[in-house]
Amino acid sequence: MSTRVDGAEDAARGWHGLALGLVPAPVIEANGLRKEYGDFTAVDGIDFAIEAGEAFGFLGPNGAGKSTTMRMIAATSTRTSGDLQVLGFDPESHGPEIRAQLGIVPQADQLDEELRVVDNLIVYGRYFGLPLPYVKRRAEELLEFAQLTEKRKARVDGLSGGMKRRLTIARGLINSPKAMLLDEPTTGLDPQARHVLWDRLFRLKEEGTTLVLTTHYMDEAEQLCDRLVVVDKGAIVAEGSPSSLIRQYSTREVLEVRFGSSRNAEAAERIDGIGSRIEVLPDRVLVYDDDGEAAMAAVHARGLQPITSLVRRSSLEDVFLRLTGRSLVE
Amino acid sequence: MSGTVVDGGLAAAGRVDHAAVARSSRAWGWWFVAEHRIRAMRSYVASAVIIGLGSPFLFLIGLGVGLGLLVDANQGSQGVDGVPYLVFLAPALAMAGAMQTSSQENTYGVFGGFKWFPMFFAMNGTPIGPAHIVLGFQVAVLVRVLVSLVAFVLVMMLFGIGDPLGALLLLPIGLLMATAVGFAVMSWVSTQTEDRGQLSFIERFVVVPLTLFSGTYFPLETLPAFLQWIGWISPLWHAAELGRAALYGAPLPAVMLLVHVGYLVLLAAVTCALSIRTFRKRLDK
Repeated sequence: MSTRVDGAEDAARGWHGLALGLVPAPVIEANGLRKEYGDFTAVDGIDFAIEAGEAFGFLGPNGAGKSTTMRMIAATSTRTSGDLQVLGFDPESHGPEIRAQLGIVPQADQLDEELRVVDNLIVYGRYFGLPLPYVKRRAEELLEFAQLTEKRKARVDGLSGGMKRRLTIARGLINSPKAMLLDEPTTGLDPQARHVLWDRLFRLKEEGTTLVLTTHYMDEAEQLCDRLVVVDKGAIVAEGSPSSLIRQYSTREVLEVRFGSSRNAEAAERIDGIGSRIEVLPDRVLVYDDDGEAAMAAVHARGLQPITSLVRRSSLEDVFLRLTGRSLVE
Repeated sequence: MSGTVVDGGLAAAGRVDHAAVARSSRAWGWWFVAEHRIRAMRSYVASAVIIGLGSPFLFLIGLGVGLGLLVDANQGSQGVDGVPYLVFLAPALAMAGAMQTSSQENTYGVFGGFKWFPMFFAMNGTPIGPAHIVLGFQVAVLVRVLVSLVAFVLVMMLFGIGDPLGALLLLPIGLLMATAVGFAVMSWVSTQTEDRGQLSFIERFVVVPLTLFSGTYFPLETLPAFLQWIGWISPLWHAAELGRAALYGAPLPAVMLLVHVGYLVLLAAVTCALSIRTFRKRLDK
């Protein structure tokens, strides 16, 4: 059954940098990547490079151009301009060669509800030309991985949202992809289902699969991504690891104080000068300071009595707020 | 199509020969789509046969035997087109059934594939492409049409309607027409993005009128001249004429044979190309 391992070719293609003593060449690289729909610019000339085995995230609000970027990587959306190389190929001419190596988890599951759980995997595997006996064996393995073995004969429309999502991820793994594209993998799932999913994705990462994901949840980005870009209105506004982004764009801690929506702005004026920066939101005032408790003491010292107050660690949400002036989930 | 697998870890690269996957998908993508659709059909194959067979069969009995008695009594020994009404009617009914099945599958299957159960987008995320989806979908529809056609032809043979070998020729003729009708319907339905009830127009204002005015129940020549054009543009009329020539040797000049076959092939080719163009555009988001 086995033919050959396509390793030599990859070594030549992906790791040529090694011979020069450089870092491995990226598996996905975009330069000035742009997508327009008529007058609307969905992706506005972005640059990024994703390395083999890394978990890379696109973090941004809905409509930032994340899904469009994912579709361009999968060669199912033709770019308007710019350069894009995916796993050694140009999507414009080599869609099948690229998708043969990718696992795609679209935002909408797009499962075949007429088929049973296990048949969804089998049918999908055949699209890759994999022999039926192999696909059947592989489907059972993946059901186990997705913790769906008990549901193998169930109808798809009876599955919970989390189960459908896991089935879609299992489906994306049928061809043993080099990279997984996950478009909002946990949107709409309850916290428990999200944690199960994160655990599965983490296992994939440990096995060396490159993960590319979009999300508008900062906790998801912090949990899963080695590196991420923050996108807004089709452009990349920051890039780095979650912790380096927080270090660069925020303080160690944040003090959140609420004075009631009518008094927040006035109180903010009196707080001015405390911490390194202040952000006034409609419902609360954020005071950025490496020492949140000290900032709180300073606020009290000025004779202000907030209705509620909270000191927390900085998150990617703060980075986004700093960069765009808006909160991430609107 | 096979031999693309090597063993390794759960998701580890190297387990599947991805270059071979791409090659196989470029060549066989249409078949993978057909295979998927046929697999999905297996759950309703019994009802498909019963519907595909039952409805033309009822027409055959009701019109052919019932109305046939009246027609044959009035026409005397000449019958219709020189044969008993039942023989005249049977090939056209077989074709009408094939047209209906193809049209329905292409209406709801195509619209649904983009909208209700967006399978086309999932397929497009595999190494195959839009042209494969268009072709493979149609192949699966033809398989379904063939199942009903075979059943219908068997019944004809059982009843001794026409020449048995000629009856077999109804199969390729029916498939050709179903291809033309299928792509034609697909080329329009694939441009529709919202269901505002217009999908049922095909059944009510295209399929039914074509069945009525395509010389199905009576020779086209008996229609007033200003209605005969409906027959000329109707795939059903062209197929029915071919079917009658095959089943009982209705006169068919060589040039008309060319016209009938040529029209169906041309319609299929043009609307297939249009469908591929629309699928390409719609799947490239």
